[in-house]
Amino acid sequence: MYPASFEYFAPSSLDEAVEVLERFGGDAKVLAGGQSLIPAMKLRVTAPRALVDINRIDGLDGLVERGGGLCIGALVRHKTCERSELLRGRYSVLGDAAPQISDPIVRNLGTVCGSLAHADPQGDWGAALLAIGADVVIRGPQGERTVALDDFLQGPFATALESSEVITKVQVRAPGARAGGTYLKLERKVGDFATAGVAVHVSLDNGSIARAGIAFTGVGPRNARAAEAEQALAGAEPTEEAIVAAAQLAAGAADPWDDHRGTVEYKRNVVRVFTERGLRTAVAAARGA
Amino acid sequence: MATAHEIRGMGHSVPRKEDQRFIRGKGNYVDDVSLPGMLHMELLRSPYAHARIVVIDASRAQALPGVVAVVTGEALAAHNLAWMPTLSGDTQAVLATDKVRFQGQEVAAVIAETAYIAKDALELIDVEYDVLDAVPTPQQALAEGAPVIRDDKEGQTSNHIYHWEAGDREATERAFAEADKVVSLDTFYPRCHPAPLECCGCVADVNPATGKTTIYMTSQAPHAHRTLFALVAGLPEHQIRIVSPDLGGGFGNKVPIYPGYVCATAASLLIGRPVKWIEDRTGNLISTGFARDFHMHGELALRGDRMTGLKVKLLSDNGAFFADAQPTKFKAGLFHIVTGSYDIPAAFVEADGAYTNKAPGGVAYRCSFRVTEASFMIERLVQNAAYELGVDPADLRMKNFIKPEQFPYESATGFVYDSGDYPKALELALGKLGYKELRKEQAEARAQGKLIGIGLACFTEVVGAGPGKEYQIAGLRMFDSAELRVHPTGKAILKLGVKSQGQGHETTFAQIIAQELGIPYEDVEVMEGDTDNTPYGLGTYASRSTPVAGAAAAMISRELRDKAQKIAAHLLEAAEGDLEWEPGRFVVKGSPERAVTIQDIAFAAYTNVPDGLQAGLEGVHYYDPPNMTFPFGTYAVVVEIDRGTGAWKVRRVVAVDDCGYRINPMIVEGQIMGGLTEGYGIAAMELITFDEDGNCIGSTFMDYLLPTAWETPEFELDETVTPSPHHPLGAKGVGESATVGSPAAYVNAVVDALAHAGVRNIDMPVTSDKVWQALAEVGLAE
Amino acid sequence: MATQEAVVTRPMTVTVNGQARFAEVETRLLLVHFLRETLGLTGTHIGCDTTSCGACTVLLEGTPVKSCTVFAVQAEGRQITTVEGLMSNGALHPIQQGFHEEHALQCGFCTPGMMLTSVALLAENPSPTDEQIRWAISGNVCRCTGYQNIVKAVQHAAAKLREET
Repeated sequence: MYPASFEYFAPSSLDEAVEVLERFGGDAKVLAGGQSLIPAMKLRVTAPRALVDINRIDGLDGLVERGGGLCIGALVRHKTCERSELLRGRYSVLGDAAPQISDPIVRNLGTVCGSLAHADPQGDWGAALLAIGADVVIRGPQGERTVALDDFLQGPFATALESSEVITKVQVRAPGARAGGTYLKLERKVGDFATAGVAVHVSLDNGSIARAGIAFTGVGPRNARAAEAEQALAGAEPTEEAIVAAAQLAAGAADPWDDHRGTVEYKRNVVRVFTERGLRTAVAAARGA
Repeated sequence: MATAHEIRGMGHSVPRKEDQRFIRGKGNYVDDVSLPGMLHMELLRSPYAHARIVVIDASRAQALPGVVAVVTGEALAAHNLAWMPTLSGDTQAVLATDKVRFQGQEVAAVIAETAYIAKDALELIDVEYDVLDAVPTPQQALAEGAPVIRDDKEGQTSNHIYHWEAGDREATERAFAEADKVVSLDTFYPRCHPAPLECCGCVADVNPATGKTTIYMTSQAPHAHRTLFALVAGLPEHQIRIVSPDLGGGFGNKVPIYPGYVCATAASLLIGRPVKWIEDRTGNLISTGFARDFHMHGELALRGDRMTGLKVKLLSDNGAFFADAQPTKFKAGLFHIVTGSYDIPAAFVEADGAYTNKAPGGVAYRCSFRVTEASFMIERLVQNAAYELGVDPADLRMKNFIKPEQFPYESATGFVYDSGDYPKALELALGKLGYKELRKEQAEARAQGKLIGIGLACFTEVVGAGPGKEYQIAGLRMFDSAELRVHPTGKAILKLGVKSQGQGHETTFAQIIAQELGIPYEDVEVMEGDTDNTPYGLGTYASRSTPVAGAAAAMISRELRDKAQKIAAHLLEAAEGDLEWEPGRFVVKGSPERAVTIQDIAFAAYTNVPDGLQAGLEGVHYYDPPNMTFPFGTYAVVVEIDRGTGAWKVRRVVAVDDCGYRINPMIVEGQIMGGLTEGYGIAAMELITFDEDGNCIGSTFMDYLLPTAWETPEFELDETVTPSPHHPLGAKGVGESATVGSPAAYVNAVVDALAHAGVRNIDMPVTSDKVWQALAEVGLAE
Repeated sequence: MATQEAVVTRPMTVTVNGQARFAEVETRLLLVHFLRETLGLTGTHIGCDTTSCGACTVLLEGTPVKSCTVFAVQAEGRQITTVEGLMSNGALHPIQQGFHEEHALQCGFCTPGMMLTSVALLAENPSPTDEQIRWAISGNVCRCTGYQNIVKAVQHAAAKLREET
């Protein structure tokens, strides 16, 4: 299939972009990396009447530390994250996720914020950012607003984004002084969506776990956190028993489906195994941080 | 006779001549062809696996600006083109008329000024379907009361296509009655797809002014296709020119004639302008010649550790039309090679084919006409037999190999194997692998809860189709041809009836001429693919180019060398019998200073030819091979399994191949590595499957998974050389050996890691979830 | 879904292989079709419909992108390098030489994209390990070679390029 026709805009400011989005009243889409949007347009599962290409807008491609955490601009590519020294150490849940997204060529264009806006339940960034904690900053006709990522991701391909709004950045919360994390993804081959992915982020306080973030890819209608498992770990000593128990809880919180990647039982077990392994890695990294 | 570096005949790893255009992006693939006035065609495909067509309304599509025509089955039927013959003696719909019989079947063709408009127009064709129950499996197809899929065929009352047998049923039953152990295996070789990176397509130009039809076409067999086009379309054969230019891979996918080619040609005829049709990847995966889809039950009879009998019963899923591209008399291809490398005195194969509501095909993807299925069956069965007997899988194979002194060997199913030394290849592989140490390591690892597996496959291939009496496709005997012309200045042009899709013919065949005539390989131009100026041949597939056309090239070279000898005698004023041949020249015996080069002789052929001899130094040879050839080898794979996820990693692949004398070792190794990768993909991830409504899963590369450089293991290659005694060059062909032999090696490795716990089978693709399931069932999962 | 019947076009200027090119194109025209059909540069190939195979890879401002998943108009004012732009002053690029000498191509269909991805890798990492090469080309599918010789070809080119600098 080739895409249906559309009007094309390449504004040089966010205000212009929002203005066009508003003008088309829900029939326009933001084009950043395009690595999810354009394939969908080629299959004609979506046929927007207008595309608003934000790639010419200055100031959206920053990946910087800010306010104790990080700021990832709307045009920050997966590849920038893969290469960034910033995303190691305490932010390693993000640094470990970046290289596992899609394939290396798609990573050159695809963006973190675009991935969040797309909200594919098999998207990797949603899990990694939920685990570490993040907020999405949105610009619309009414100005700017901030939505916690937990509230932003609402269902398969559904977010809190209104049709005339565009994400300007995602703000990663302070990870904790002694923190570490990782992202484990089982995929059948490079470029396939996750059979199951688990993001783990741990911050320690005096040797015990201050906060644990555990979030999933591909085992539910959206990226989601294993709240019960996180709570069980909060304040606990990171012992092997605690890790194994938390992993059991995490597996129970997953909501996978039977498909050609595996059965529900299989995917739950992968979640359990990956949560265990991820917690061990995260704790060791946090200790060394 | 070795040739010097200046000549580079056989055995030299010459870098390829054809590379120059490809590395510059100047290849000429079918989609690169652009003719003045050319239109673009797209096909509308059925969303349903089985449905009656009630009505097709193309009026909205026809009204779209830029659309020139919309062709339906009804329009083709008026010209008797709605149905066409297949390569297996059945018929296949070009465009559906009464019913659609598989999801993705071609229903209408839109011809427009641009491909984008043609694709837009597809959305504007309204088809009303009356959906019928789908029959997506051969078991359902052959069950009582199943809907008859081919109700277009008069007298067809079931979905059964053929029953075919090979071997000796009674002798085999006797062997089983006398056996003291019978090992059996039910295994499914799933539907996969050759998926060459370039899809199929054509530019059809029926030129009303010249009366000539030129079809640029992704064709592995242009001459056969030309003849079939003439017969099917009723166009005079001398006015059809098929040009198969550069092909972006074939692997058997470009052997059948597809509806798209016929529609494009019919459209060009009706409209009077060239029509380009390039299928998209979905069209390729959902409708073109798939591979395998064999449900197999095999049993091996043993007395002690000696194999005494083999029987295989198989059910073939052929899809909606029986369109297998194979020698006509062999309904299950050459599956009866299934005794493989073993001296099994009695064997019996029975095969049944069934229609299902799926795309047609089955013989493709480097299978050597179903040798992939046979090799998989025997190597898996033998591996399991070792476990059942409690003996080492390598030892069991060694004990039962056909011995070197038994060649030529007549198998229980009638093949006469030309040559082989199976123990040598196995020993070499085991040595390279460090097999004994690995078995120790495996045992130690197992004690620590770590799972390592070692898989073997000792395959024997049968290729080089083939002797004309036995091997015919659509009635055409499977000879092949080489036409050689040596110019006055000593350069040569070689024209062939085969057609490379990346196998390097422009280099390797030049090397054959270099070997035989001493003309430097870079002075030999090789042409293939254009039916107007190449001799008739059956094309390239089933690893037949070297065995058949390669032999033809050697034979014509020798005929020209005989003529050259006469001219040399004339030039040297010597008797023919006093002359000796060295690569590139004739020398008078005992007088080394009295010599003439092949270049001198070529010049003389046009300027100073002896009385009674025709001028020129050219000729054509049509080679009818006396037998097939039997390349073989041993592949060994080592894997490690993650008990938590079931994911397996390949730690090592050792591949020992024997294809007789190697023309270009570098190219041979390239073929092997490509095949080992396809074998890995087939074993690990490639699958086309269907749900109960016949919806195809595996019609895009998001579902039909191909290994990337990251998953693909590294290969350690080695060789033994056991020449073919009947081939003029002693060469056997190798293009498909690795795809044939390696899937069993990979699967055997995974099974080997779990065999100690009683696991005997995991069907392909051996995905991580299936491995984990097997682990869980025997208490080994993490 | 109703077909959009209005044809929307837009003029564009883009530099391809060092040459400025101008055209009026449909906004929905994919970059790969712009290169192949509008400019006649058929060295960039199409192998799939789902952004999965990498045969269409070109360099956009030196970065590999899948040209089947970029609209031509997005390249307005940018620099594109296709396989046809690899040679300079009539000499083969070391990557082309490497692919030839190491037998890293058979049918040639994946080769343009594979070489361009490799060129970008070596610009960023002049001494990659074999593993890094395999990682970098894991978005480019090859059906013929099994990748092993491609890795050798990239190492061959890396050595040549290190020599030259």
